Amino acid sequence: MRTTFIQSLIEEAEKDERIFLITPDMGYSILEEFQDKFPDRFLNVGIAEQNAVGVAAGLALSGKVVYIYSIIPFVTMRCFEQVRVDLAYMNTNVRLVGVGAGLSYGPAGTTHHAIEDIAIMRSLPNMTVCCPGDPVEVREIVKQSVKYNGPMFIRLGKNGEPNIHSDNTPIEIGKAIKVTQGNDVVLITTSNMLEQGRLLVEEWAKKGKHVRLISMPTIKPFDKECILELIAENIPIYTLEEHNVIGGLGTAVAEVIAESGIGVKFKRIGIPDTYTHMVGSQHYLRSELIMKSIEEK
Amino acid sequence: MNNQNIRKSIIHMVHYSKSSHVGTCLSIVDILTVLYFSVLNIDPQRPSKKDRDRFILSKGHGSAALYATLAERGFFPKAYLDKYYIDGGILPGHLDMEAVPGIETSAGSLGHGLSIGIGMAIANKQSNNPGHIYVLLGDGECNEGSVWEAVMLATTLKLNNITVIIDYNKLQSFGRTNEVINQENMADRWSAFGWQTYEVDGHNMEELELIFNLEQTGPKAVIAHTTKGKGVSYMEDKLEWHYKSPNDEQYITAMRELGGM
Repeated sequence: MRTTFIQSLIEEAEKDERIFLITPDMGYSILEEFQDKFPDRFLNVGIAEQNAVGVAAGLALSGKVVYIYSIIPFVTMRCFEQVRVDLAYMNTNVRLVGVGAGLSYGPAGTTHHAIEDIAIMRSLPNMTVCCPGDPVEVREIVKQSVKYNGPMFIRLGKNGEPNIHSDNTPIEIGKAIKVTQGNDVVLITTSNMLEQGRLLVEEWAKKGKHVRLISMPTIKPFDKECILELIAENIPIYTLEEHNVIGGLGTAVAEVIAESGIGVKFKRIGIPDTYTHMVGSQHYLRSELIMKSIEEK
Repeated sequence: MNNQNIRKSIIHMVHYSKSSHVGTCLSIVDILTVLYFSVLNIDPQRPSKKDRDRFILSKGHGSAALYATLAERGFFPKAYLDKYYIDGGILPGHLDMEAVPGIETSAGSLGHGLSIGIGMAIANKQSNNPGHIYVLLGDGECNEGSVWEAVMLATTLKLNNITVIIDYNKLQSFGRTNEVINQENMADRWSAFGWQTYEVDGHNMEELELIFNLEQTGPKAVIAHTTKGKGVSYMEDKLEWHYKSPNDEQYITAMRELGGM
């Protein structure tokens, strides 16, 4: 997703001179091509995230569309109050691009995990929250982000995620994407859990369970219509995310169900409300923290 | 006198709305007067003109001073000043850039303004926009770490189109600035980071204007020695006027001292 992000941004920057990229000293071996191509539109502000966000807001208030690239906790939480005032309150065209969704940075430890970011960012008025699930979604979201109004958070995984969608899949900020057909269970994933969702569909198919897989690349604005239609069909809904079960995709779906006035079988699957002290790869931690809970069901 | 009119507007606003921060507002009136009446390239009829100079009030709790100055300069009717900090009002206690024309940034949380100003300065450089960026910070505000992140970047980029003014009135929320966090060598600090630094009496408008107009090769810092509550004898250099608003009797006294109601 990282490579797709920067390649897509370079493509857009060729066409739109307003695009500007800021990094608080992150992105070694990723951002150099952009820097070489557009030296006047690239700025490393040093290890100073609060300043990065403020400078981005100042550029945006002068007509630029500014992308800030870093690891998720640093580009959202370290500078949260700047994000709140300088981006959300002032409604500036700044895109926070965070890498390392969920447990992507596995053995690096909990400081580098991102399990609260969706909850935090979606509570900000004016903030759009995009959590692409594969490189195809990343490309489309980056493309559409250039013309999008107001601040955005774009949550990326790491590198090497497979394409789940075909290249011509229609993808639109604010809309759910149906990946597989099936009427036994609906599995909704967001962000880097799309691949895992796809694997589950295949696994459950072997057991004769037909799963409708839905990718939800935008958490805000949330595609309520999609959820309401699912409720109307009365198919059990599961949500799957590499994020705290509090405040993310599961919560967004639960809010729609609760206010629909109609019941439907529903389960959130995600990271239990805890900071892990386990050590291991993303795959290991994901298995321990998330996937085991599915096997137990 | 513009500055005294602005002071009277401030006293009026904090009196009827029973709001705080009158001391901080009076502290910066002379600086604002010089900027808005002698220095800034601005047009109240065209507040968004592209090549304008921009002023950022980073210490957003001095909002009443900026509102009063903008009204005095003709950005909006003075009647708006009667709609401050009250139910159904127009002007909030801390800055909302959507409230009235002439406000460049929303503010109220300290340590934001300089970073935003640097972003604007970079944008102006790149588009050969002659607009100069002025950012006013409080001395207490310089406790915020984010200020120093920005301080370092401005000199790294050698931005000669940005000027910071420090309202150095030596009082902050809990007491004497230098007792809360020692920054007695304020000018040395800015200078050490490579800023073209000047110290000045922040109520000497002639000197302020001269310093603002000095050529700069990099970012400029103007350490303005000010008196909190300047112009109203019983408020001057008194911490309590960070919080209190004048009662009717104090209001009359203040207005008389400022040249009449």
